[in-house]
Amino acid sequence: MLLSVENLHSSYGNIKALHGINFHIDEGEIVCIIGANGAGKSTTLMSISRMKSVEPGSKMTFMGKNLLDYPADKVVSKLGISHVPEGRRLFGNLTVMENIILAAFARKDKKVLSNDIERVFSIFPRLKERRSQKAGTLSGGEQQMLAVGRAFISARKLMLLDEPSMGLAPVLMIKVFEALKQINEEGTSILLVEQNANMALGFSQRGYVLENGSISIEGKSEYLLNNPDVKKAYLGA
Amino acid sequence: MQYFLQNVVNGLQWGSFYALVAIGYTMVYGVLMLFNFAHGDIFMVGAYIGFFTATGLVALAAVGNIILPSWLILTLTMLIAMFLNALVGMAVERIGYRPLRDAPRASAAITGLMIGIILETGNLALLGASRLAFPPLIKPEVYNISGVYITNQKIIIIIIALSLTFMLHLFIRKTKWGMAMRAMAYDFVITPLMGVPLNTIIALTFALGSGLAAAAGVLFGIAYPVLGPYMGIIIGWKAFVAAILGGRGSVLGAASAGFLMGFIEIFVVMIFPSTMRDFIAYSIILLILTFLPNGFFGEPFSAKLRL
Repeated sequence: MLLSVENLHSSYGNIKALHGINFHIDEGEIVCIIGANGAGKSTTLMSISRMKSVEPGSKMTFMGKNLLDYPADKVVSKLGISHVPEGRRLFGNLTVMENIILAAFARKDKKVLSNDIERVFSIFPRLKERRSQKAGTLSGGEQQMLAVGRAFISARKLMLLDEPSMGLAPVLMIKVFEALKQINEEGTSILLVEQNANMALGFSQRGYVLENGSISIEGKSEYLLNNPDVKKAYLGA
Repeated sequence: MQYFLQNVVNGLQWGSFYALVAIGYTMVYGVLMLFNFAHGDIFMVGAYIGFFTATGLVALAAVGNIILPSWLILTLTMLIAMFLNALVGMAVERIGYRPLRDAPRASAAITGLMIGIILETGNLALLGASRLAFPPLIKPEVYNISGVYITNQKIIIIIIALSLTFMLHLFIRKTKWGMAMRAMAYDFVITPLMGVPLNTIIALTFALGSGLAAAAGVLFGIAYPVLGPYMGIIIGWKAFVAAILGGRGSVLGAASAGFLMGFIEIFVVMIFPSTMRDFIAYSIILLILTFLPNGFFGEPFSAKLRL
């Protein structure tokens, strides 16, 4: 097991966001969490990347290590978990290349790094063309590519993706997901959070349905795609 | 014309102090959205460290009967004062600001004011009220360049200030640490997701700013060799104005605003009696800010930035 999350509780002030959820990811898997707006999907990812505090009793283990022992930057640099946050959150004042270099901040393997940067540019040739352009001037699709490319550079055992399809035209969305598939085939496990349940379940092997901070249904993605409750609530059928 | 050029040189020297101190202000403001109101007093501490270093080196040379060339004493004084004051700045951040990182902004701001008062009165308690005379490190020479009188001190001060500014600018633009600082200025919250240790970058920001403040302190001691515990207050406030005028987080902005303020102050005195200097100078600067409310070249920042 790559990541195991047990009894994860989190809240914002008096408002509980997660009521003790349990899930896991195996090595090499693509797992998705689907759910409506406000169900707690982003909170789940932010808890894993330690951007959001969790409540006592929550347990998270990554490759046998207690994730709660690591601050946010070490989750990236020591454990190898990258996070593409909701809304991409690129550094708009830095160029494309500077965003990528910054993502390598804690990396010491200079040789491998330059290969990895070339790899990002071969997956997303558009980024290479725009390498000296400020990230704030990119189109929505290019921004998502940079957000994924930057995460790829920062850490690669597990990638957390928060709504990568948001705001993208279908053509671009397919492009981004094809790239993610490639990244996964090269050994990166993926935890994907999506409102676009069709897309997410089609892309992943297993899924969890998050409802008001609790997991209501879980299983193989094909199973969820055919589950009448999921169909009714999330697939618009 | 000579009179004008003379004052250009004077303005450059006067602006050098504002520029170097303003850079430290703007860097912390950029990275942490925090006004480090203790920074003027960190400049004062830097001047004192420079004083003790220079005095010590001169005494050491006298005792050991070694002839240290004055450029070597100056260089060593600069480097030691910058290094030690960098540690002072890091300590101020660690002890004063870090525990209040998530406190309301106003609490962090008064923390700065309190640290400033503690540094001033701590100095007073430790060293007494008498002022100290900075040892003359540069033997004054006056050059007459077609009617314009320039001292070697002024040239050295201006060159050091300009080169430190330029070096820091390159550091911010070209290194990964500088990129991390600019990234934090844009979106503080998300920066750790790049594997960037925030506390290290914040400590580095304070260290660099305080190092430059010490450089300003030593240079100030060379130009105006009388040190007192409250010497940092007015320069600190004016450098703060320069930092905001230059634009948040911009090294070149803070430096150019610092030099501009130096010029304005000197040129006001060319025309008006010196008692009216700051009254007129800061009325002009207020007017500039009215037309350029965002300053000269501020770093843009994300709308999601925590304020």
